[in-house]
Amino acid sequence: MIAMNYRGPYRVRVDRDKPMPRIEHPGDAIVRVTRSCICGSDLHLYHGLVPDTRVGTTFGHEFIGVVEEVGAEVTNIKVGDNVIVPFNVACGKCVFCEQGLFGNCHESNPQATAVGGIFGYSHTAGGFDGGQAEYVRVPYANVGPMVIPDDMDHDDAVLLTDVVPTGYQAAEMAAIKPGDTVVVFGAGPVGIMAAKSAWLFGAGRVIVIDHIEYRLEFVKRYAQCEAYNFRSLEDPVLFIKKTTDWIGADVCIDAVGCEAAGSAVQTITGRKLMLQAGSATALHWAINAVKKGGVVSIVGVYGPTANLIPIGNVVNKGITLRANQASVKRLLPRLVEHVRAGRIVPREIITHRVPLEEVADAYHIFSAKLDNCIKPILIPPSARK
Amino acid sequence: MKRTQGNFDHINGWGIDADPLDVPAYPMKKRTENDNKGMIWERPSQQPATVEVLHSNERPNLTAVFGTPNPPSGLSGAIRRYAFKYSESHVAHWLLLLAADRINMFEGVADDFRKGHVPNVFAELGGKSELKHNPAGVARKAAVGLALVLVVTALIRKNN
Ligand SMILES: [Zn+2]
Ligand SMILES: [Zn+2]
Repeated sequence: MIAMNYRGPYRVRVDRDKPMPRIEHPGDAIVRVTRSCICGSDLHLYHGLVPDTRVGTTFGHEFIGVVEEVGAEVTNIKVGDNVIVPFNVACGKCVFCEQGLFGNCHESNPQATAVGGIFGYSHTAGGFDGGQAEYVRVPYANVGPMVIPDDMDHDDAVLLTDVVPTGYQAAEMAAIKPGDTVVVFGAGPVGIMAAKSAWLFGAGRVIVIDHIEYRLEFVKRYAQCEAYNFRSLEDPVLFIKKTTDWIGADVCIDAVGCEAAGSAVQTITGRKLMLQAGSATALHWAINAVKKGGVVSIVGVYGPTANLIPIGNVVNKGITLRANQASVKRLLPRLVEHVRAGRIVPREIITHRVPLEEVADAYHIFSAKLDNCIKPILIPPSARK
Repeated sequence: MKRTQGNFDHINGWGIDADPLDVPAYPMKKRTENDNKGMIWERPSQQPATVEVLHSNERPNLTAVFGTPNPPSGLSGAIRRYAFKYSESHVAHWLLLLAADRINMFEGVADDFRKGHVPNVFAELGGKSELKHNPAGVARKAAVGLALVLVVTALIRKNN
């Protein structure tokens, strides 16, 4: 089958002779992919920043498709179903899944205990191949996959695998109260959805900070928020203090993670020398720009090692920090409702629709932020007819 | 006064999830009687390990399922195996894995050649899209590359 293949930092290609995935556990299903996305967190892998990213891995944790085959224990979905597959691999039985923490499943990732299994990620997230391919093995098919409602556009559906729930959970974890000022750092797909979701929780003002003009233009329109370029602000933290009557934002959301721009010290130590687990600039700003007693909600991806973050200010300001990988399965029913009602129209963020065979170019365009790219989706040949 | 937008009529769905008792979790998670009791849940059936699977020493066993592609192999595999002697809280664990990744990249190139495949690095780097969407950048990089070659050859000539 055709599949994306990682060869090393900045190098990917498409292979035509990747072996078909097989049922390896009675709870598995094999899904024929109809759409997959490239995600900002794939870029961390693509840039070689995530430990244990093995050459030969097929990326892609955001995909939907048609069930082709099911294992003996699978009863909740059947061959022929069109399914949304959450990016988390989750068993549904362990104490964490029981609590709705599907992103923290304890039965899907032998290589690490902090994070659960994730499709198409580094072996640190379980070593599963991903959906930037024609077929994928989907473990625990009784738990994760959800049949796509008949009235739902499949472009909307594919964004429900990660981008929408992660943005929504960022707002949910922030415990927004009606009227709150919410600052979102990062105008990538997740930042856009976090800004959009902040309104659903009753925000009174939503401000997005980024440094790429076309993304700021996009988010301003899409999420009806204020948007500022930190390159044209003398100091983003000072700006937020000024614009909030010198109090600080009620809530700050970090939707950037380990590849943040904007601070020379963080960039050099975090991205060039790799002395910390990525540059923590956005988190730094979030902690310093939030009001005392405020909430900082983190959905940006950071590595497992240490970061230079101002923990002293967290203590002194009495900040509540909340963070997690999104538990997609828990959020899906609510988000399907929101999409149905037109409160969120995910497909409008898709800017590029690329044949799977051109995956190397799609990665480069997204990574180098060429051609006003917000979100690229990949279409395998079998889904193009 | 704190500045807010005041009128939210233009925001589709404004405040619809504002009630903390009517959102999927906020901020509570479902508690169960099994909390804090360790690994006592009824475990899913175990996937047989047909390939070598490394596992964190912070858990006693393999998880019930795991990925099987790209098992550890070669020198990078040996380093990865060694890395797993350290727990996830140990920086050596992660630095060894990163070092293994860099070595793995060269193993990948060697493997390609062994299979008679010459990697098309230009295509793998997305060169075609760079040419199309950033021709100025390509020209700049080419100029820098050419200048570097000229400087290096000049230096070599001088030293000879
Ligand atoms: Zn993603
Ligand atoms: Zn679980």
